[in-house]
Amino acid sequence: MRYLPLTHEDRQQMLSVIGAESVEDLFRDVPADALLSDPVALPGTQGEMAVEQAFRAFAAGNVSPSSAPSFLGGGAYRHHIPATVDHLIQRGEFLTAYTPYQPEVAQGTLQYLFEFQTQVALLTGMDVANASMYDGATSCAEAVMMATRTRKRRRVVISGGLHPHYRETSVTYGKYTDLDIHALPADWQDSEDAGAAIDGETACVVVQYPDFFGRVRDYTALADACHAAGALLVVVVTEVVSLGLLKPPGEMGADIVAGEGQSLGNAASFGGPTVGLMAVRGSFLRQMPGRLAGQTVDVDGRRGFVLTLSTREQHIRREKATSNICTNSGLCALAFTIHLTLLGEQGLVRLAELNHANAVELADRLAAVPGVDVLNDTFFNELTVRLPKPAAGVVDAMAERGVLGGIPVSRLYPDNPDLRNLLLVAATELNSSDDMDALVATLTEALS
Amino acid sequence: MMDRAMMDREGTFTGNRGLEKEEPLIFEQGSPGKTAVDLPEPPASKNRLGGLERRAPIGLPGLSEPEVVRHYLRLSQKNYGIDTGFYPLGSCTMKHNPRINEKVARLPGLGDLHPLQPVSTVQGALELIDTCAHWLKVLTGMPAVTMNPAAGAHGELVGLMTIRAALEDRGDARKRVLVPESAHGTNPATAAMCGYAVQSIPADDRGRVDLAILRERLDSDVAAVMVTNPNTCGLFENDVQEIAKATHEAGAFFYCDGANFNALVGRVRPGDLGIDCMHLNLHKTFSTPHGGGGPGSGPVVLSEALAPYAPVPYVVHGPDGATLVEKPDDSDGKPFGRIKGFHGQFGMFVRALSYMMSLGSDGLRDVSGDAVLSANYILARLQDTFRVPFPAPCMHEVLFSDRTLKGTGVTTLDMAKALLDEGFHPMTVYFPLVVNGAMLVEPTETESKESIDSFVDTMKHLAERAAAGDVKFFHDSPYLTPRRRLDETTAARNPILRWHPPSLDHAAE
Amino acid sequence: MAKMHFTNEHEWIRVDGDIGTVGITDYAQEQLGDVVFVELPEVGAQLEQGGEAGVVESVKAASEVYAPVTGEVVEVNEDLADAPDKVNGAAQTDGWFFKIKLSDPTQLDPMMDAAAYAKYVESLQ
Repeated sequence: MRYLPLTHEDRQQMLSVIGAESVEDLFRDVPADALLSDPVALPGTQGEMAVEQAFRAFAAGNVSPSSAPSFLGGGAYRHHIPATVDHLIQRGEFLTAYTPYQPEVAQGTLQYLFEFQTQVALLTGMDVANASMYDGATSCAEAVMMATRTRKRRRVVISGGLHPHYRETSVTYGKYTDLDIHALPADWQDSEDAGAAIDGETACVVVQYPDFFGRVRDYTALADACHAAGALLVVVVTEVVSLGLLKPPGEMGADIVAGEGQSLGNAASFGGPTVGLMAVRGSFLRQMPGRLAGQTVDVDGRRGFVLTLSTREQHIRREKATSNICTNSGLCALAFTIHLTLLGEQGLVRLAELNHANAVELADRLAAVPGVDVLNDTFFNELTVRLPKPAAGVVDAMAERGVLGGIPVSRLYPDNPDLRNLLLVAATELNSSDDMDALVATLTEALS
Repeated sequence: MMDRAMMDREGTFTGNRGLEKEEPLIFEQGSPGKTAVDLPEPPASKNRLGGLERRAPIGLPGLSEPEVVRHYLRLSQKNYGIDTGFYPLGSCTMKHNPRINEKVARLPGLGDLHPLQPVSTVQGALELIDTCAHWLKVLTGMPAVTMNPAAGAHGELVGLMTIRAALEDRGDARKRVLVPESAHGTNPATAAMCGYAVQSIPADDRGRVDLAILRERLDSDVAAVMVTNPNTCGLFENDVQEIAKATHEAGAFFYCDGANFNALVGRVRPGDLGIDCMHLNLHKTFSTPHGGGGPGSGPVVLSEALAPYAPVPYVVHGPDGATLVEKPDDSDGKPFGRIKGFHGQFGMFVRALSYMMSLGSDGLRDVSGDAVLSANYILARLQDTFRVPFPAPCMHEVLFSDRTLKGTGVTTLDMAKALLDEGFHPMTVYFPLVVNGAMLVEPTETESKESIDSFVDTMKHLAERAAAGDVKFFHDSPYLTPRRRLDETTAARNPILRWHPPSLDHAAE
Repeated sequence: MAKMHFTNEHEWIRVDGDIGTVGITDYAQEQLGDVVFVELPEVGAQLEQGGEAGVVESVKAASEVYAPVTGEVVEVNEDLADAPDKVNGAAQTDGWFFKIKLSDPTQLDPMMDAAAYAKYVESLQ
């Protein structure tokens, strides 16, 4: 088998050095009735050619968004990934390294994590960022846990503009640690007053920016209200490209920013793996979960980087750690940081402008379709429209005509009849006018 | 004439050493006006940002494409990976990462799928998840699996939450989780996140869970026993079936930490040992890349009793093909909730399945066979050089203590640093905590005998050098790595966690 | 100078009137290595004897500091925030952690004195 270097002769020689009769002999601590004598009932070894064909067959069972007009967002966005990103992240020294436990031979990983932390802090307008979390939803849940720990309070207010998966994940994380999570109803009408839900027991308020329905809102007053009550403001960002154009959450008074970084460098990959972002104000540094790369010097006085403040983490603190997180999203963070380095200031701003301009065009074209209402006054690259009939059926009908026309809000809010006709549509730099023609045509057809 | 010694002393004008180049931060390079991505001019339109435009620049540097390529290529050259050489980091399973896995994960129709496409357009993806799940269930001998967890520690959390949900459903709230002393730190941290008090179980003199003490502490208040098997000393828990039995008799669940499944795959099904729940680290046993610390993926296999409580989403089959159950209310069972965004680490399922299909049931048997053989071979060859605290055989990794270094002035850490100069990644050091100065060596099945022999010979050489009293050599190691020993104390006392423009640095001082 | 009392957990307390000054012992700081961070209780906090009072961290270890006696925290050593290395340099003097107003001075009676503690440390090695 091509992955196994030992030959039959090697094995015999090694067994004789060990003084064992057979490999089976080495498994003698395993209870005899649990030791299998034959291979399990699964197919046998296959060559690379056969394996590749099998995966092409799996792929053929799907509609690839790269070859169909696609307007899907909802926390996962399709952006152009420069060829350089994928080339560089597959360098064996990046791809096949582990957590940088030996910093002398891991300066590559440590330096890019330090650069990544800086980029995330700059984008969000926060003091410090960690070296990544699993994804946006778990980062949000960890932010909630961190806020309750820091404030020593149990109550958490979750905005109805937060992505439902983020809300559900936070509820799950808080389920067995006695959190009192107060989730506000879906705020599709833009009528929420999260500030009114704050009381003296509130540890934090969680909002999304731009929110799940696509709206861009100023949270400065909410941050003030939180702080006046001794609570923290957690701002979630699911489309990080928006921060190229929007005022950063740090400027509004956010205490913790929890984000999803998939939009930079990472393909949607059916939802994972992606890269969770977390950035905080400096005073919360020691309460932050996850790995941190820090700058120092070596014995020769040369600048270098190490993992630092590890006493927060599970391998030292065990049951008193800030979180049980161990592995993060190193390689996805690398893809993120390379893409952002390629873009630079000018490129990111331009990318954000393009996304917004395409979304403006999309909004205007959808508004012109009979029976369709655009609900958003404000948006970045995603918006909500109300259709004259249930969105799920319309989306299926569009898919049959080869257009991935958006996400029916009911997929995420199945039990709320008010939301049945709502459709979430996103446009990125990859959506051409031709795509929009196709969307408008199939939508018009599906509604008629 | 210049000789090598003079060059070492004087260094170069640039600080570079031939192919090994010094590389500044991206923030110290380029200029704001440059970019490596040419994008079209956005069409003019009235913005709909509600007056929330960013007013100040972000502060990102601008570099051209060739500069970016060089930056990351040079950084990569300061890293040690499995592709570089032997990486026997115990309990991390650093095995070869086949590139076909990367290729298929990037196929259009897999890598680019959106998680919320209509399910009719992702039938192939759902079938792939189901196929991967099937392999994992057959290999572990367990009836169910949840594919959601994002990493091993996340899998532990999902496992314990499933257990808690099952216990609460039968009206039997319990308060404690028993965890052996030698466990990974994630075990107690997870139990705490799940609202349980952690009680630790000492190891006996065989390096195994002390069954008598375990039995003593097992009472009607214990929710679960978490045992890593093989354990972190690289030993199979001989009493695993008794542990399972005692656990079940106390009405608790048996959680097995599957981090070390590489020792068992294809030969032992944990289901036959009486476990209720186990996470699998796809980035360990199933070769998905470690990537400098992730992404991981930690599916959890479950017994019939626990399966109904597994989190959403999961794949089911109906008359119109496969579909996803995404909400607890739509489930026939009693899912405890959702644990991450979307549907698990799909890209990792693709890679793991590609690996499993390549090896097949026969190849996977050889994986555990060769992994265990190689570890025992290292044990046999080094047992006269280093102390082996627990008798052979070991499983996929072998534990040594620092007993033979005592009195030499050389520590386990020094040994690790000297190995760096010799071109090896060191083994895991100072873990597990049950022996002094632990050195945990996990060769995996993807090393040749030549590579293992070379490591063993180097370890013997270094041990001799330590015994000869060459202490200064060790204390100053490594000499030849891109950086030498780093000052971790200063890094922790005065944390610098991001770059600041030079002017701000001064302002802060 | 007032007499120092020692605990099995390697804290010391020196009492002057009804106020005790608390720190970790020289032996404890040596075991920890370079101290990088100290988490102190809040002034006004009520501590129980044996309860958690703070945390002392080195690069690779974190260790709880326990209250040697029951009482109210009246002062903490703010200097340790910027100079945690004081714990290494002067564990039993300038590297003190907090001052506590004793509720029950008899709690001191069973504690070790310097000589007994030295013996105890010897027994650990």
